[in-house]
Amino acid sequence: MSPALLIFFVLAGLAVLAALSLVVQRHPIHSALSLIVVMVCLAGLYLLIGAEFVAAVQIIVYGGAIMVLFVFVIMLLNVGEEERTDFSKLAKFAGLPLALALTASIAAAVVKPDLGAAGVARAAIPNATAQISSMLFKEFVYPFELTSFLILVAIMGALVLAQREKK
Amino acid sequence: MTALLTQNVFWIITIVKVVLLLVIVLTVDAYLTWFERKVVAHIQSRWGPHRVGPHGLLQPAADGLKFLFKEDPTPAGVDRFAYYLAPFLALALSLTALAVIPFGPKPIVLFGQKIYLWIANPDIGLLILFAITALSVYGVALAGWASNSKYSLLGGLRGSAQMISYELSLTMSVVGVLLMANTFSLQGIIEAQANAKHGIGILGWNIFAWTHQGLFWPQIIGFICFFTSAMAETDRAPFDLPEAESELVAGFHTEYASFKFAMFFIAEYTAMITVSCLATILFFGGWLSPFPQSSFWLWQLTHYIPSVTLIPFGLWVIYDGIKYETIFGKLILPGVGAAMVAIGAALIAFPAVNEFIQPVFWFTAKVFVFLFFYVWARGTLPRLRYDQLMNVGWKLLLPVSIANVIVTALVILLRRYR
Repeated sequence: MSPALLIFFVLAGLAVLAALSLVVQRHPIHSALSLIVVMVCLAGLYLLIGAEFVAAVQIIVYGGAIMVLFVFVIMLLNVGEEERTDFSKLAKFAGLPLALALTASIAAAVVKPDLGAAGVARAAIPNATAQISSMLFKEFVYPFELTSFLILVAIMGALVLAQREKK
Repeated sequence: MTALLTQNVFWIITIVKVVLLLVIVLTVDAYLTWFERKVVAHIQSRWGPHRVGPHGLLQPAADGLKFLFKEDPTPAGVDRFAYYLAPFLALALSLTALAVIPFGPKPIVLFGQKIYLWIANPDIGLLILFAITALSVYGVALAGWASNSKYSLLGGLRGSAQMISYELSLTMSVVGVLLMANTFSLQGIIEAQANAKHGIGILGWNIFAWTHQGLFWPQIIGFICFFTSAMAETDRAPFDLPEAESELVAGFHTEYASFKFAMFFIAEYTAMITVSCLATILFFGGWLSPFPQSSFWLWQLTHYIPSVTLIPFGLWVIYDGIKYETIFGKLILPGVGAAMVAIGAALIAFPAVNEFIQPVFWFTAKVFVFLFFYVWARGTLPRLRYDQLMNVGWKLLLPVSIANVIVTALVILLRRYR
């Protein structure tokens, strides 16, 4: 087994375990920590296929900023351990079939021959970060600006909601 | 055996380098505590540590032993997993950051192997440092939350709010440098400041950013924003609200004792070293000498600056040791001084070694200037109030650093179309 494959299986296995722990953990902080592990493992996987910039941004934005806010809010509200309730009726009947269907569809996509070896190859692009930025500011400049506008609208919405409560 | 050695030579070199770097950095950390206590003491007209060893020089060793032998109680009601994870996370992340810092340009050639003075030199060095900074919030946040103490929780909350606020201005303040260097690689950023063709030395550093192409925009505003945000990011005075002694006992690490407490401390000092290295690399030319690189005799003479600083300092240490009161001091200080004089003389005797040591000397000298800045700020500035802290971060540093980015971009654009 090549070192890259070994690292892949370690990271992928860790990501799956952490994702399971995210669902199973009772305490919100432990769930949040598991999610951080998932994010960092995904960043490692991106690094493995040569997407250095995406990997770093994955950690900075998801592992750092977003998850810190999650943890911060959980700490601020001092949320205690969750109590187990009776499962919802929908989950009891539809849960297992839906899970099976999802697994089957993913498996079908993975097994598909044309996706196999050529699916994800290690990108050997020199100066990939510069290329990403020139794509972002030349070809995709309108979608990029629209997205930032959308975020601005969301921030203003949050401000309006916060101000209304004061009156 | 030799086949195994030649196949894995990269791994062996890397592991040796990692161990060496850890030993050096942990020693510097230990003596940084001594340095800080001495400097702050002199600022406040005190003597500082002077009982353990000559001039208190063995104080760090005594502190280290004390940390190791202290009882390590776990408070009741803590979240065990997070409580134990937090100090490890803080220390591991701050030590990892050092892996991407380049300390010198030229490799040491040993048995035909080029050994570079960095552990890793990725294209996205700066982004990796920011990623590590982003993650290091969890050390503080988790320690505060898991300790099951109100002081700790307040410290942790303050810490995480402060760190996510200042991360923005920290990132924005270096964009000007990135625009001029055109790369995220730390080595590339230093080389972009070299300006070897024209030989302008200190003026070429990003803090002045002078070029022969006409328009230039010094990054001094970027540097001020960077260093202020970095101080806040490392929870150092005057931004040490997460551990404010007069308000929160010891803040997020109130409930930690023994070596777990020491781990937070080492993490903090290592983060100081990383930030000082980063300030040196980004704004002050990294390993570059402040004098122009040319064969002019005056600039050639500056290559003897390491010897010229080492020999008089060593002589002074010998003189100081001879008149020191204790026998121990009389023995140790002249020895240390003699070693310094010997190194200084050896540098003059062996020009090749002297040439090699130049970049490393300038890098270390600059880093120590910034470490002194850290201590100086702690000794002279009062702690900010919480609302002042948030105002400085969001209403002052962030807009100013964004304005700096815009002006830098404009200057580069104008230079290109002229």
